[in-house]
Amino acid sequence: MSKNSDASSAPVDIRKIRQLLDANDSARVRTWLGICSRCGLCAESCFVYLSNDKDPRLSPAYKFKTTVGEMYRRKGKFDRAFLEACLAPLWLQCTTCKRCSMTCPFGIDIASLISLGRHICHSQGVVPDKLQFFTDNCRKSGNHMDLPREELIETCEWVVEEIEDDYQGITIPIDQPGSTYMYTVNPREPVFYPQELTLAATIFSIAEISWTMPSYGWDCTNLPMFAGDRAVAGQQARIVYEKAQELGCEKILITECGHALRSLAFEGPYLAGYPDGKPPVEIVHSIELLYEILRDGRIKIDPAKKLKKPVTYQDPCNISRNGGLSEIGRKLIDLLCEDYREMMPNRAYNHCCGGGGGILPMGPDFKAVRMANGRLKADQIRATKAEVVIAPCHNCFDQVSDLSEEYELDVHVTSFKELILEMMILPDKFKKQNS
Amino acid sequence: MNHLYEFLSGPVLWAAFIIFVLGLALRLAFLIGLSRERDRVLYNHANLGWGLRSVVHWLMPWGSVAMRQQPVFTFAAFIFHLTLLGVPLFLQGHNMLLQEAFGFSLWSLPEAWAYGLSWLFLASGIFLIVRRLVRPEVRILTAVWDYVLLLLTMLPFITGLMAYRQWGPYEMMMVLHVLSGEVLLVLIPFSKLGHMVLFFFTRAFIGFEMGARRGAPSW
Repeated sequence: MSKNSDASSAPVDIRKIRQLLDANDSARVRTWLGICSRCGLCAESCFVYLSNDKDPRLSPAYKFKTTVGEMYRRKGKFDRAFLEACLAPLWLQCTTCKRCSMTCPFGIDIASLISLGRHICHSQGVVPDKLQFFTDNCRKSGNHMDLPREELIETCEWVVEEIEDDYQGITIPIDQPGSTYMYTVNPREPVFYPQELTLAATIFSIAEISWTMPSYGWDCTNLPMFAGDRAVAGQQARIVYEKAQELGCEKILITECGHALRSLAFEGPYLAGYPDGKPPVEIVHSIELLYEILRDGRIKIDPAKKLKKPVTYQDPCNISRNGGLSEIGRKLIDLLCEDYREMMPNRAYNHCCGGGGGILPMGPDFKAVRMANGRLKADQIRATKAEVVIAPCHNCFDQVSDLSEEYELDVHVTSFKELILEMMILPDKFKKQNS
Repeated sequence: MNHLYEFLSGPVLWAAFIIFVLGLALRLAFLIGLSRERDRVLYNHANLGWGLRSVVHWLMPWGSVAMRQQPVFTFAAFIFHLTLLGVPLFLQGHNMLLQEAFGFSLWSLPEAWAYGLSWLFLASGIFLIVRRLVRPEVRILTAVWDYVLLLLTMLPFITGLMAYRQWGPYEMMMVLHVLSGEVLLVLIPFSKLGHMVLFFFTRAFIGFEMGARRGAPSW
């Protein structure tokens, strides 16, 4: 919660709130708020509602009715206490996974309404601290970890040196103009998990992909989007697009991350002010490229090494439902695993893991909520009897790992890159020459 | 009483129909105007195929995953909507009035059918009210106005049935019947009952927003 005690007693800026409410009072918002007939069908679609003993206050309709709905009903006449009461429904009880939109007879896009609520709260400084912290970093440095350009480059160089112990001919081209793919990553990768960069560099080099890491605009994630800071969220997407255009790259490649796809492919263009709503450079998710690499035989998988253990797939909301890539994930699994089990429900209908929408980066203060919200996911995974969960999204990855511990699922969580590296047949020219 | 009935079924009925049609048209025109300014997303990604698929799936009973999850509610909701639209439109009595006034009429339901379907409508309406009261996730959402709207929707049927069966004073019932129908017509454009038209727009939107843009179904 916002712990700034000065701010918590400060009056709200009603003029600013009214201005934002008015600017966002679109035909859609008006219609959605105006025709919701309170049928309650959305409740059963919501993993937060289902995970928490069907508490009626957790149904999507109730959450938007008591937050954004109230903001419009009161025409901006409310105090800070009201906004602070909105914090839980907006950030702890909804991950904007968009599953309820499919379930609403009128197709009310509740996730968009919740995002609007976050935007209004954010304008008054009511926002989870950690999300504000990452947003401030983005504003300052263009990435969430405030990682300076030199450190990113050094990390890449160090990663390549480390790889040279095992392979040869693996490179991380930096700012290489005219590359087909500009590879953008989650800032956790260079900062905490450089092995992720190792995996990507090795796979792309061996598959002889024309790619480059940009020294700026490399952070494809967008927590300001979840914090409700639309200005910084727009900037965060724009610097990635503009860097790709500057380098003359054909496509922006996104690491195995879910909300980065949502940001760059769908919401980013609007946040950054592109009137046609389309990204200026084609956006490709890693799982698409990884599938093409295997399909075209640019990397060959050793059939003997295919995974024998039972495997299930965590469909990330922002990849399978909001990205439409649910079948690609399965095609990849088909090439890598022998014993695949579907979660029920799955694909576009899959439930959020409980770590999305910004709650996971909000830190340990909210872990208990996250674990409670993830009960349904834990049950889904347990029912498959899988021992391995593939999660091509950093949020899902961490959340499922935490759930495995919390609910004693005893599953190993992995990514596609990791599996591919374990199972590929290494061409001779990349083998380390012992001299 | 007779004068009142004449008045209600004459000029007031005209007024009610005009407000109903014009009100819906104005609400729609206003929203479309607003959307040109503020809903670029609607025009940027509009796609007829995905929009239609979304609408059609939700117009078919059990045509969506959510409806299949609550089959009884779906059944009641479809009966409610179909009879609400169908019975007044194809009622012999209404069509006779239409014939008298304009020299044309629609096909009419056999009287026994109209009678039975009216009871079916009331039964489905009662089911919806009871569901609102019994299911916690629906009860918590429901305001007094939601019950009032439901009752107002049922009132023309209740009074119509009572007049038909000559329960209570006939003329009074006819006055109440016409009046409640008029109240309903006038309310539709200005309340959430406007979903009779707006449904097609919001459902089509989410259809192409999820489908054409992202490649995922929304039903």
